[in-house]
Amino acid sequence: MTAEVVMRAADVHKKFGRLEVLKGVSMDVSTGETVCIIGPSGSGKTTFIRCINHLEKIDSGRIEVNGHLIGYRQSNGKLVEDSERNIARQRTQIGMVFQRFNLFPHKTALENVIEAPLKVLGHDKAHAVDKAKVLLSRVGLGDKLDTYPGKLSGGQQQRVAIARALAMEPALMLFDEPTSALDPEVTGEVLSVMEELAHQGMTMIVVTHEMGFAKEAADRVVMMDGGVIIEEGTPEHFFVAPTHERTKQFLSKIL
Amino acid sequence: MHYLLASGVDWHVVWVRIGHPNHPFFLALTRTVYIAVIAQIMGVILGLFAALMRMSKLRIFRILSGIYVWIFRGTPLLVQIFFIYYASNQLLGFTLIPNSLNVGLFSLDGAIFAGILALGVNEGAYMREIVRAGIDSIDKGQMEAATSLGMRRGLAMRRIVLPQAARVIIPPLGNEFNNMLKNTSLLFAIGVYEMFADAEIGYSNSFQPTEYFLGVAFWYLVLTTVWTFIQAAIERKLAASERGEELSFRERWQEAWNPVSTRMFSGGQAR
Repeated sequence: MTAEVVMRAADVHKKFGRLEVLKGVSMDVSTGETVCIIGPSGSGKTTFIRCINHLEKIDSGRIEVNGHLIGYRQSNGKLVEDSERNIARQRTQIGMVFQRFNLFPHKTALENVIEAPLKVLGHDKAHAVDKAKVLLSRVGLGDKLDTYPGKLSGGQQQRVAIARALAMEPALMLFDEPTSALDPEVTGEVLSVMEELAHQGMTMIVVTHEMGFAKEAADRVVMMDGGVIIEEGTPEHFFVAPTHERTKQFLSKIL
Repeated sequence: MHYLLASGVDWHVVWVRIGHPNHPFFLALTRTVYIAVIAQIMGVILGLFAALMRMSKLRIFRILSGIYVWIFRGTPLLVQIFFIYYASNQLLGFTLIPNSLNVGLFSLDGAIFAGILALGVNEGAYMREIVRAGIDSIDKGQMEAATSLGMRRGLAMRRIVLPQAARVIIPPLGNEFNNMLKNTSLLFAIGVYEMFADAEIGYSNSFQPTEYFLGVAFWYLVLTTVWTFIQAAIERKLAASERGEELSFRERWQEAWNPVSTRMFSGGQAR
């Protein structure tokens, strides 16, 4: 694997009021790598992933994607929040898939996918539609182009959301617990789309409890607890010989 | 019994007022409608801007928006109408309200202009709250999803949040317009010849209050009823596009009589 770093987080701290949810998180993710972040609720994993595309501000530390500082710029040695225009531009490189899908309910599946390429990248409509059709077919929804989200199942909605993020051709995909709002019988269809994506070389950071997915697709698993990373290694490491007591406890609950 | 009920009411006059209205009355009716429509459109636009200002990062915008609502919701509409018509020129030091407004072939009486302005500005203060509630009702995840795709907040507001908020805004907006149709009657007090003025003048010439006021009440009821049907049609269209289907005739009928559709809030999107 070429060791080109796509995402680098260095000593990220984040507080909500007086509650410190991230207490110095550092992580590098290289091109083509798939990293799963696991951990109990309240461990800061969702907050961390939301910091990567600046949905949350950070209090100290730095996050870079493709070598660009995210959400901030350096001014006299201090970090100040970047302009909205620059943050928006950086986000086009970072795809985000949400736990609750957040599809646009007033737009069809196809319209959801072409919205940002048309309005943000300025692509022409024919091109955007062609690409969206390919993407929706790839996630198995080639027959649902004109269907509104309200008429799709949770699993189908999440696959549209993945296609919508991919339409921007991001360098990095973030998944925030993409299957935890789904019925158990449809998580599989979403996970297999994600596995395929990982095998095709997409760089992905996935907050998940699906150890099956981790085993199948992840290059690395990161365990967070109490706002820090307490253990990381290959999926096999976590299945066979987790070292940290907290990790053992956590895995025994979810496996 | 017959005597008690009718007690000197000339039912023929009532019937003429309802069934065979004269030409001045129709002019007055038209005026009532266009004043209400223009003032309502103005109210929606002002309300939208005031709502966006209310959510602005800049404190001065938030304060201005607050003062606007504070004043126009806190004083009587009739006082505002009189103030704008009689006092605003003096207060501002320039002619806001001309004697008559001429744009090409189109000419508008100063009182009508002042009346539209007063009704519109007053309505904007109420619309701000309705628009804001509509925007607030949209899940925060919509803005997050849009901005995560690289949309700036303004674009996301216009393309993603406002179209969804419109569905929530339309039912109370319909009620506002219903009020607006009736509130135009206040303009008779500054000499606008609208429907109520027509009735009032008829009454003072004939001293037949029941006949004239019953007649005009009937016509207000016609206007608000017609509007109820139009509103139901608009809501049906919005709801249908969201759910991707049309309604049955029976549902349309029910909705027409119960236009503030609770479906909008409960049936929304399946999760």
